[in-house]
Amino acid sequence: MSLKRNVSLATGLRYRGQGPMLTFVLHRIGGLGMAIFVTVHILASFIGGEAGVFLNDIYTNWLFQIFIFFCALFHAINGLRITIIDLFPKLLVHQREAIWVEWAVFLPLFAIAVFVIISTAGG
Amino acid sequence: MATTKSRTLPVSKRGLNFEMFMWLFTRLSALAMYALILFAIIGALVMGARHQMNLADVLRWGFMPHSGHVQSVPLDNADLWVTPFWRLTASALLLVAVAHGVHGLVVITDDYIVTARGRLIVRWLSIAMMISMSVIGVYVLWTS
Repeated sequence: MSLKRNVSLATGLRYRGQGPMLTFVLHRIGGLGMAIFVTVHILASFIGGEAGVFLNDIYTNWLFQIFIFFCALFHAINGLRITIIDLFPKLLVHQREAIWVEWAVFLPLFAIAVFVIISTAGG
Repeated sequence: MATTKSRTLPVSKRGLNFEMFMWLFTRLSALAMYALILFAIIGALVMGARHQMNLADVLRWGFMPHSGHVQSVPLDNADLWVTPFWRLTASALLLVAVAHGVHGLVVITDDYIVTARGRLIVRWLSIAMMISMSVIGVYVLWTS
Protein backbone atom coordinates (compact mmCIF):
# COMPACT_ATOMS: atom_id res chain seq x y z
CA MET A 1 0.00 0.00 0.00
CA SER A 2 1.52 3.28 -1.04
CA LEU A 3 0.29 6.76 -1.78
CA LYS A 4 -0.66 6.73 -5.45
CA ARG A 5 -3.13 9.31 -6.66
CA ASN A 6 -2.55 9.36 -10.46
CA VAL A 7 -3.51 13.02 -10.31
CA SER A 8 -1.07 15.86 -10.88
CA LEU A 9 -0.88 18.81 -8.51
CA ALA A 10 -2.15 21.10 -11.27
CA THR A 11 -5.23 18.91 -11.73
CA GLY A 12 -5.76 18.84 -7.99
CA LEU A 13 -5.68 22.63 -7.82
CA ARG A 14 -8.16 22.86 -10.69
CA TYR A 15 -10.61 20.52 -8.90
CA ARG A 16 -13.82 22.44 -8.61
CA GLY A 17 -15.38 21.18 -5.43
CA GLN A 18 -17.06 24.56 -5.01
CA GLY A 19 -18.67 25.52 -1.69
CA PRO A 20 -18.41 22.20 0.16
CA MET A 21 -14.75 21.77 -0.86
CA LEU A 22 -13.94 25.29 0.31
CA THR A 23 -15.51 24.66 3.72
CA PHE A 24 -13.59 21.36 3.93
CA VAL A 25 -10.25 23.11 3.27
CA LEU A 26 -11.01 26.00 5.64
CA HIS A 27 -12.22 23.58 8.33
CA ARG A 28 -8.88 21.79 8.08
CA ILE A 29 -6.83 25.00 8.17
CA GLY A 30 -8.88 26.21 11.14
CA GLY A 31 -8.51 22.95 13.03
CA LEU A 32 -4.77 22.75 12.39
CA GLY A 33 -4.31 26.41 13.34
CA MET A 34 -6.15 25.95 16.64
CA ALA A 35 -4.38 22.66 17.44
CA ILE A 36 -0.96 24.29 16.98
CA PHE A 37 -2.00 27.44 18.86
CA VAL A 38 -3.51 25.57 21.82
CA THR A 39 -0.51 23.22 22.07
CA VAL A 40 1.99 26.09 22.03
CA HIS A 41 -0.20 28.13 24.40
CA ILE A 42 -0.45 25.34 26.99
CA LEU A 43 3.28 24.60 26.78
CA ALA A 44 4.12 28.31 27.05
CA SER A 45 2.03 28.78 30.19
CA PHE A 46 3.59 25.60 31.60
CA ILE A 47 7.18 26.71 30.90
CA GLY A 48 6.60 30.40 31.65
CA GLY A 49 9.59 32.73 31.89
CA GLU A 50 11.07 34.55 28.93
CA ALA A 51 9.82 32.03 26.36
CA GLY A 52 6.29 32.46 27.71
CA VAL A 53 6.48 36.25 27.42
CA PHE A 54 7.87 35.96 23.89
CA LEU A 55 4.97 33.71 22.84
CA ASN A 56 2.46 35.99 24.58
CA ASP A 57 3.66 38.86 22.40
CA ILE A 58 2.78 36.77 19.35
CA TYR A 59 -0.75 36.02 20.66
CA THR A 60 -1.49 39.66 21.38
CA ASN A 61 -0.41 40.76 17.90
CA TRP A 62 -3.52 41.91 15.99
CA LEU A 63 -2.63 39.92 12.86
CA PHE A 64 -2.40 36.71 14.87
CA GLN A 65 -5.68 37.52 16.63
CA ILE A 66 -7.46 37.93 13.29
CA PHE A 67 -6.01 34.61 12.11
CA ILE A 68 -6.85 32.62 15.22
CA PHE A 69 -10.34 34.12 15.48
CA PHE A 70 -10.93 33.12 11.86
CA CYS A 71 -9.82 29.56 12.75
CA ALA A 72 -12.00 29.35 15.85
CA LEU A 73 -15.13 30.99 14.43
CA PHE A 74 -15.11 29.18 11.08
CA HIS A 75 -14.29 25.81 12.65
CA ALA A 76 -17.06 26.27 15.22
CA ILE A 77 -19.77 27.35 12.76
CA ASN A 78 -18.80 24.83 10.07
CA GLY A 79 -18.47 22.13 12.73
CA LEU A 80 -22.00 22.85 13.93
CA ARG A 81 -23.30 22.41 10.37
CA ILE A 82 -21.40 19.11 10.01
CA THR A 83 -22.70 17.92 13.38
CA ILE A 84 -26.32 18.78 12.64
CA ILE A 85 -26.27 17.25 9.16
CA ASP A 86 -24.40 14.12 10.27
CA LEU A 87 -26.63 13.49 13.27
CA PHE A 88 -29.75 14.06 11.12
CA PRO A 89 -28.65 12.57 7.75
CA LYS A 90 -31.99 13.34 6.12
CA LEU A 91 -30.96 16.98 6.12
CA LEU A 92 -28.07 16.21 3.75
CA VAL A 93 -30.17 17.28 0.75
CA HIS A 94 -30.04 20.83 2.14
CA GLN A 95 -26.23 20.81 2.37
CA ARG A 96 -25.64 23.68 -0.11
CA GLU A 97 -28.30 25.88 1.45
CA ALA A 98 -26.78 25.12 4.85
CA ILE A 99 -23.40 26.34 3.58
CA TRP A 100 -24.96 29.62 2.43
CA VAL A 101 -26.55 30.06 5.87
CA GLU A 102 -23.16 29.31 7.38
CA TRP A 103 -21.49 32.14 5.41
CA ALA A 104 -24.37 34.45 6.28
CA VAL A 105 -23.66 33.80 9.96
CA PHE A 106 -19.87 33.76 9.68
CA LEU A 107 -19.18 36.85 7.55
CA PRO A 108 -20.97 39.50 9.67
CA LEU A 109 -19.57 38.06 12.93
CA PHE A 110 -16.04 37.90 11.55
CA ALA A 111 -16.30 41.36 9.99
CA ILE A 112 -17.36 42.87 13.33
CA ALA A 113 -14.53 41.06 15.12
CA VAL A 114 -11.92 42.19 12.58
CA PHE A 115 -13.22 45.76 12.86
CA VAL A 116 -12.98 45.63 16.67
CA ILE A 117 -9.51 44.03 16.61
CA ILE A 118 -8.12 46.57 14.12
CA SER A 119 -9.69 49.58 15.85
CA THR A 120 -8.32 48.36 19.21
CA ALA A 121 -4.86 47.79 17.69
CA GLY A 122 -4.98 51.24 16.09
CA GLY A 123 -5.61 52.74 19.52
CA MET B 1 -30.65 19.46 -9.35
CA ALA B 2 -31.02 15.75 -8.81
CA THR B 3 -32.08 14.93 -5.30
CA THR B 4 -30.77 11.74 -3.79
CA LYS B 5 -32.50 10.08 -0.90
CA SER B 6 -30.12 9.68 2.01
CA ARG B 7 -29.65 6.12 3.17
CA THR B 8 -29.56 5.45 6.88
CA LEU B 9 -28.64 2.24 8.61
CA PRO B 10 -29.22 1.80 12.34
CA VAL B 11 -26.07 1.33 14.40
CA SER B 12 -27.23 -2.18 15.35
CA LYS B 13 -26.91 -3.29 11.71
CA ARG B 14 -23.73 -1.33 11.03
CA GLY B 15 -21.72 -2.22 14.13
CA LEU B 16 -19.88 0.25 16.31
CA ASN B 17 -16.10 -0.11 15.88
CA PHE B 18 -13.49 2.30 17.24
CA GLU B 19 -13.39 4.51 14.13
CA MET B 20 -17.18 4.79 14.15
CA PHE B 21 -17.09 5.60 17.85
CA MET B 22 -14.54 8.36 17.29
CA TRP B 23 -16.60 9.71 14.38
CA LEU B 24 -19.54 10.01 16.76
CA PHE B 25 -17.31 11.36 19.54
CA THR B 26 -16.07 14.16 17.25
CA ARG B 27 -19.65 15.34 16.66
CA LEU B 28 -20.84 14.94 20.25
CA SER B 29 -17.72 16.61 21.68
CA ALA B 30 -18.37 19.55 19.34
CA LEU B 31 -21.81 19.92 20.92
CA ALA B 32 -20.27 19.50 24.38
CA MET B 33 -17.77 22.29 23.67
CA TYR B 34 -20.61 24.55 22.50
CA ALA B 35 -22.42 23.80 25.77
CA LEU B 36 -19.34 24.40 27.95
CA ILE B 37 -18.42 27.66 26.18
CA LEU B 38 -22.00 28.96 26.46
CA PHE B 39 -22.01 27.88 30.11
CA ALA B 40 -18.80 29.83 30.78
CA ILE B 41 -20.14 32.93 29.01
CA ILE B 42 -23.41 32.76 30.98
CA GLY B 43 -21.36 32.28 34.16
CA ALA B 44 -19.31 35.38 33.32
CA LEU B 45 -22.50 37.39 32.81
CA VAL B 46 -23.91 36.15 36.14
CA MET B 47 -20.64 37.19 37.85
CA GLY B 48 -21.06 40.71 36.53
CA ALA B 49 -19.26 40.70 33.17
CA ARG B 50 -21.76 43.19 31.77
CA HIS B 51 -20.24 46.10 33.66
CA GLN B 52 -16.72 44.74 34.20
CA MET B 53 -15.59 43.33 30.85
CA ASN B 54 -15.60 44.02 27.14
CA LEU B 55 -16.72 41.44 24.58
CA ALA B 56 -13.19 40.25 23.75
CA ASP B 57 -12.49 39.49 27.43
CA VAL B 58 -15.81 37.64 27.77
CA LEU B 59 -14.98 35.52 24.71
CA ARG B 60 -11.46 34.76 25.96
CA TRP B 61 -13.01 33.61 29.22
CA GLY B 62 -15.65 31.65 27.29
CA PHE B 63 -13.14 29.71 25.21
CA MET B 64 -11.29 28.69 28.39
CA PRO B 65 -12.73 29.76 31.78
CA HIS B 66 -9.31 30.04 33.43
CA SER B 67 -8.42 32.84 35.86
CA GLY B 68 -5.31 33.71 33.83
CA HIS B 69 -7.60 34.81 31.03
CA VAL B 70 -9.15 37.56 33.16
CA GLN B 71 -5.91 38.70 34.84
CA SER B 72 -5.83 41.95 32.90
CA VAL B 73 -9.49 42.71 33.68
CA PRO B 74 -10.30 44.97 36.67
CA LEU B 75 -12.79 42.64 38.41
CA ASP B 76 -14.90 43.60 41.43
CA ASN B 77 -14.36 40.26 43.12
CA ALA B 78 -11.51 38.28 41.51
CA ASP B 79 -12.00 35.33 43.94
CA LEU B 80 -15.30 34.46 42.27
CA TRP B 81 -13.42 33.60 39.08
CA VAL B 82 -10.80 31.25 40.67
CA THR B 83 -13.08 28.67 42.28
CA PRO B 84 -12.67 24.88 42.01
CA PHE B 85 -15.98 25.00 40.14
CA TRP B 86 -14.45 27.01 37.29
CA ARG B 87 -11.25 24.94 37.40
CA LEU B 88 -13.41 21.83 36.92
CA THR B 89 -15.32 23.45 34.06
CA ALA B 90 -12.05 24.51 32.44
CA SER B 91 -10.60 21.00 32.93
CA ALA B 92 -13.66 19.44 31.29
CA LEU B 93 -13.37 21.79 28.33
CA LEU B 94 -9.63 21.09 28.06
CA LEU B 95 -10.01 17.30 28.11
CA VAL B 96 -12.81 17.32 25.54
CA ALA B 97 -10.92 19.76 23.31
CA VAL B 98 -7.63 17.82 23.48
CA ALA B 99 -9.35 14.54 22.59
CA HIS B 100 -11.29 16.21 19.75
CA GLY B 101 -8.19 18.00 18.44
CA VAL B 102 -5.76 15.08 18.61
CA HIS B 103 -8.25 12.84 16.84
CA GLY B 104 -8.63 15.57 14.21
CA LEU B 105 -4.86 15.55 13.67
CA VAL B 106 -4.96 11.77 13.18
CA VAL B 107 -7.74 12.17 10.59
CA ILE B 108 -5.63 14.74 8.72
CA THR B 109 -2.42 12.67 8.78
CA ASP B 110 -4.38 9.61 7.58
CA ASP B 111 -4.99 11.50 4.32
CA TYR B 112 -1.23 11.71 3.69
CA ILE B 113 0.27 8.76 5.58
CA VAL B 114 -1.24 5.60 4.16
CA THR B 115 1.15 2.78 5.08
CA ALA B 116 0.06 0.53 7.92
CA ARG B 117 3.36 1.16 9.73
CA GLY B 118 3.11 4.92 9.30
CA ARG B 119 -0.44 4.98 10.61
CA LEU B 120 0.56 2.88 13.61
CA ILE B 121 3.35 5.35 14.44
CA VAL B 122 0.88 8.25 14.07
CA ARG B 123 -1.48 6.52 16.49
CA TRP B 124 1.17 5.97 19.14
CA LEU B 125 2.34 9.58 18.74
CA SER B 126 -1.25 10.79 19.04
CA ILE B 127 -1.79 8.82 22.24
CA ALA B 128 1.44 10.25 23.70
CA MET B 129 0.39 13.77 22.67
CA MET B 130 -3.11 13.36 24.06
CA ILE B 131 -1.91 12.13 27.46
CA SER B 132 0.90 14.70 27.79
CA MET B 133 -1.22 17.68 26.74
CA SER B 134 -4.08 16.61 29.03
CA VAL B 135 -1.76 16.21 32.03
CA ILE B 136 0.18 19.44 31.38
CA GLY B 137 -3.03 21.37 30.69
CA VAL B 138 -4.80 20.18 33.84
CA TYR B 139 -1.62 20.91 35.85
CA VAL B 140 -1.51 24.48 34.51
CA LEU B 141 -5.24 24.97 35.21
CA TRP B 142 -5.00 23.85 38.83
CA THR B 143 -1.68 25.48 39.77
CA SER B 144 -1.91 28.97 38.26
